[in-house]
Amino acid sequence: MFNFGVVTNWINDMLLSVMPQWAATLIECIVIGVILLLLYALLALFYILYERKLCAWFQCRLGPMRVGPWGLLQVFADMFKILIKEIIPLKNTDKFLFGLAPYLVIASSVIMFACLPWGYGLQIIDYNIGILFILAVSSCGVIGILLAGWSSNNKYTLIGAMRSGAQMVSYELSLGLAILTIIVLAGTMNINDLVWAQEDGWFLFKGHVPAFIAFVIYLIAATAETNRGPFDLPEAEHELIAGYHTEYSGIHYGFFYLAEYLNLFVVSGIATLMFLGGWMPLHVPGWEGFNAIMDYIPSVVWFLGKAFFISFVIIWFKWTFPRVRIDQMLAFEWKYLMPFALFNLVLMAVFVALGWHF
Amino acid sequence: MKREDFKDNEYIDQLVEELNATGANVVVGKLDELLNWSISNSLWPLCFGTSCCAIEFMCLGAARYDMARFGFEVARNSPRQADYIMVQGTIVHRMAPVMRRLYEQLAEPKYIIACGGCAVSGGPFKKSYCVVKGVDEILPVDVYVPGCPPRPEAMFYGLMQLQRKIKVQKFFGGVNRKEKIADFFANHPEMEGQM
Amino acid sequence: MVNIQEKISKICPSATFEEGQHLLVTVPDKDWYQLAKALKEDADLNFDVLSALVGMDWKDSLGCLYYLTSTKNDWQMLTVKVATEDRQNPMLHSVSDLWKVALFQEREVYDFYGIKFINHPDMRRFFLRNDWVGHPLRKDYDANPELNPIRLTDEADEDKTCSYVEENGKIKKVEGRVFGEDEYVVNFGPQHPSTHGVMRFRTAIDGEVIKKVDVVSGYIHRGIEKLCEDLTYPQTLHFTDRMDYMSAHMNRHCLCMCIEKAMGLEIPRRAQVIRVMMDELMRISSHLLSFGCMTMDLGATTAFFYGFREREQVLDIFDKTCGARMSMNYNVIGGVVADLHPDFVKDVKALCAIMPKRLEEYHKLFTGNIIGQNRTKGVGVLSKEDAINYAITGPSGRASGFACDCRKRHPYAIYNELNFNEVVMTEGDSFARYLLRLKEIEESVKILEQLVDRIPEGEIRAQVPKIIKLPAGRWYQQVEASRGVFGVFIESDGNKNPYRVHFQSPCFNLVGVMDVCCKDHLIADLITIGAALDFVIPDIDR
Repeated sequence: MFNFGVVTNWINDMLLSVMPQWAATLIECIVIGVILLLLYALLALFYILYERKLCAWFQCRLGPMRVGPWGLLQVFADMFKILIKEIIPLKNTDKFLFGLAPYLVIASSVIMFACLPWGYGLQIIDYNIGILFILAVSSCGVIGILLAGWSSNNKYTLIGAMRSGAQMVSYELSLGLAILTIIVLAGTMNINDLVWAQEDGWFLFKGHVPAFIAFVIYLIAATAETNRGPFDLPEAEHELIAGYHTEYSGIHYGFFYLAEYLNLFVVSGIATLMFLGGWMPLHVPGWEGFNAIMDYIPSVVWFLGKAFFISFVIIWFKWTFPRVRIDQMLAFEWKYLMPFALFNLVLMAVFVALGWHF
Repeated sequence: MKREDFKDNEYIDQLVEELNATGANVVVGKLDELLNWSISNSLWPLCFGTSCCAIEFMCLGAARYDMARFGFEVARNSPRQADYIMVQGTIVHRMAPVMRRLYEQLAEPKYIIACGGCAVSGGPFKKSYCVVKGVDEILPVDVYVPGCPPRPEAMFYGLMQLQRKIKVQKFFGGVNRKEKIADFFANHPEMEGQM
Repeated sequence: MVNIQEKISKICPSATFEEGQHLLVTVPDKDWYQLAKALKEDADLNFDVLSALVGMDWKDSLGCLYYLTSTKNDWQMLTVKVATEDRQNPMLHSVSDLWKVALFQEREVYDFYGIKFINHPDMRRFFLRNDWVGHPLRKDYDANPELNPIRLTDEADEDKTCSYVEENGKIKKVEGRVFGEDEYVVNFGPQHPSTHGVMRFRTAIDGEVIKKVDVVSGYIHRGIEKLCEDLTYPQTLHFTDRMDYMSAHMNRHCLCMCIEKAMGLEIPRRAQVIRVMMDELMRISSHLLSFGCMTMDLGATTAFFYGFREREQVLDIFDKTCGARMSMNYNVIGGVVADLHPDFVKDVKALCAIMPKRLEEYHKLFTGNIIGQNRTKGVGVLSKEDAINYAITGPSGRASGFACDCRKRHPYAIYNELNFNEVVMTEGDSFARYLLRLKEIEESVKILEQLVDRIPEGEIRAQVPKIIKLPAGRWYQQVEASRGVFGVFIESDGNKNPYRVHFQSPCFNLVGVMDVCCKDHLIADLITIGAALDFVIPDIDR
């Protein structure tokens, strides 16, 4: 496996040879920031196209075809257009909060995005409590959504925001418990260590039954966390027009739109990290030749490939299932999913204590 | 789409001529081109339909006609996020203020397509006591698509004409719009408080 | 018939009788309520369905015609005429507490004729703006456009309502409000993705729970009934395709039959068979759309595309024979306008062959889905009594156990020769309505299969005079449209254009139960119930 740390260290050394430490750090931060935002935008665009194409294929359609080859430029057209769309100022709203909300949503999603391990040696922040940090930041997004719904001074947005609040706070529990189950297995919260712990086998396989249950719980909770179908109640198109962002136009709406897709990537990335070995290639014990070939595939490809696969599953949910109702959704979480996740955590603790895992 | 396929529209040809005659700064011109390309290829409709034409519009979105090919499939339910309203069906007196408000709620740049006989002129209901005789009485219309209801192919043709029209507009010279919002409020002072 | 006449004269000695298509009873307004109560509650009479309520302007008097049906008594129909000579301040007694369907019907009559109904709880206009000047269907209506210009302002005082209460023989106007001061009112529509057009519901909610639904209609009211009065009979036909565009063939079939019945015209058998086949194809297409829209409203967008895939196949058949995908304008007085396309038989066979497989796919996609079932089962339950009281017919009525299929009850065309089942379920919830539609597709396929090889040769159109004039009189004809019993009422004064045409649309009644069905359900259920009832707005507003 190629260690991208070599490249980044080389750049760091080169900068240090011509300038003091603080300047080098400053330049590195700026470069990383720019790359991050660019990557964010590009990935979001890719995801929009990905979903549009996938949903078209599920529905016996072709999806975007006319703009660029196979519609590849479609999302760029959408992006430029949304950039120049008018941002409509509203009367009788809290202008500051109304303007702040989309930035809160997008900021929380960018920060989560920054924590993901992209490949061997490609990681921006490496905390010893990385996963906790991601969970903490992800909860900030809901504030943005609540603010958006509240400050729009519209009944639909308010209902949407309230639904969103109830939904995200509830499902955060199952999400956290599912992740905690894996942390119990791994014994660390450090993202880098989590990946390395899966060198000899992904947690999904290593963790026996409880890891598999945790994976399923995580997928369900993550779908709900990203407000995607069948849990897309906060924006329930056919009930609440566009939910909490009904009143937003132009790029402010674009931020919500981007954040929605990027959150999909982020939750898929975390699932990859926690269950599918992060950027670790697929190794089958005993198959040396196979493992060697797998090692040739760059780690970034592994990470993105796994994340896209998980996203595919979540997109598949959306285009298959009808939307659940608010009371059913909350009942499902509090009556079934959360107790089950708790039980699963205990189960995992027992497994780890008795050393039943691989 | 090729230009040759659309040689029938004198109005757009005239717009092209005007654009060529006045000329434009290279940078501004290129930027204009980029923006027009993006707007014309990313026309998000507002889910709006009052009668039969709306069903044909649904067929336009369904598998056989699939307007997603053009990138039109992101139908928004909130007018603030949509680019154009395809007025599908009769607009009656009770609907007129709602229609007008929907138009005002669209974010610039915004376009209106009058789709079907009723929206063009009142259609078979022209003589009725409460039908608006053509949606252009209350809104500036960009493209008219006749038919009762127009076939999906005709709707595509109308949409492509709109694309062509957008491609020759000058973004920095203002979007094609007959009445500015300020003028509208000046004409209808009673609406201002309600928006 | 004698029996009924005798009974009525016993209850109400002032009633006069007139034979016709149905027995016509004329009663003065003062006895009307008492007679109505007897008609509904008397065990022998038992006219429990108010099939149609037609407002009329006979120039010297204003009034209503009530078409009553007795479900227990062999679906016998009776017409009651109530009129008032006061043109300045016309008032009749309301029967909305007996037949709930009259709640909206009487508001429609008030809107069109200005007849105020005493004891009606909510006497607002129904279709027109509340600042509209005049009552358009009156013969003395001033159509000057300056009186009613296009107003771009919102309607003021939407919440204000009034009722006319009778106390000790005196009539008192009582002002009221639709919603209380402290109710949290959320507005759905007219531009809302799930109201299937431009319906508007004002709902009082408590949290997410709906407490009351106020239906505001008229956002696509085009005044078809008034327009018809100025047109010749063949010219009126095209409006039917544009009312309930999802049952265009049935609606037009109904109007043609009504005119043909009045003319005493015999229709060639080939035309009859073609009409029935087209009706059933239309029903399939309509139910497919309804399946698609309902699943989409519930969030299962993909199912919508699958429904539309087969619908395109039906539309192709229409396209080839009628020359249009929608608004086919195919039936004409005396038969059909054009002969079948050579591919017709082949295409119909292909459709019949593929539908069972596709239906299985739909069931897999949505019916068996646990979320779908949770969303629809037990949602918007309508009891059989309510269904009859609100005259809910069609799939929605049959889902509540009200066997009301007009093809069985009042067979028309060649339906009595055909072998098909009337699907009836008893649950009365949204899931039953949904499932019933899919089952009806199977029945329609069955009818098509019976007919496709037995289309007789012959004329497609009877000989009709160049100028069609109906004899003076009144006719009422019903057919089973996709969404329920569609009725056409024609009153002729012997001229070449009708004196009064009334279309009794099934969707009009459907929307009347929204308040009953939605009470104490969640906002999301409003969408489910609306989708399951499956009303078409231009059919309501006409």
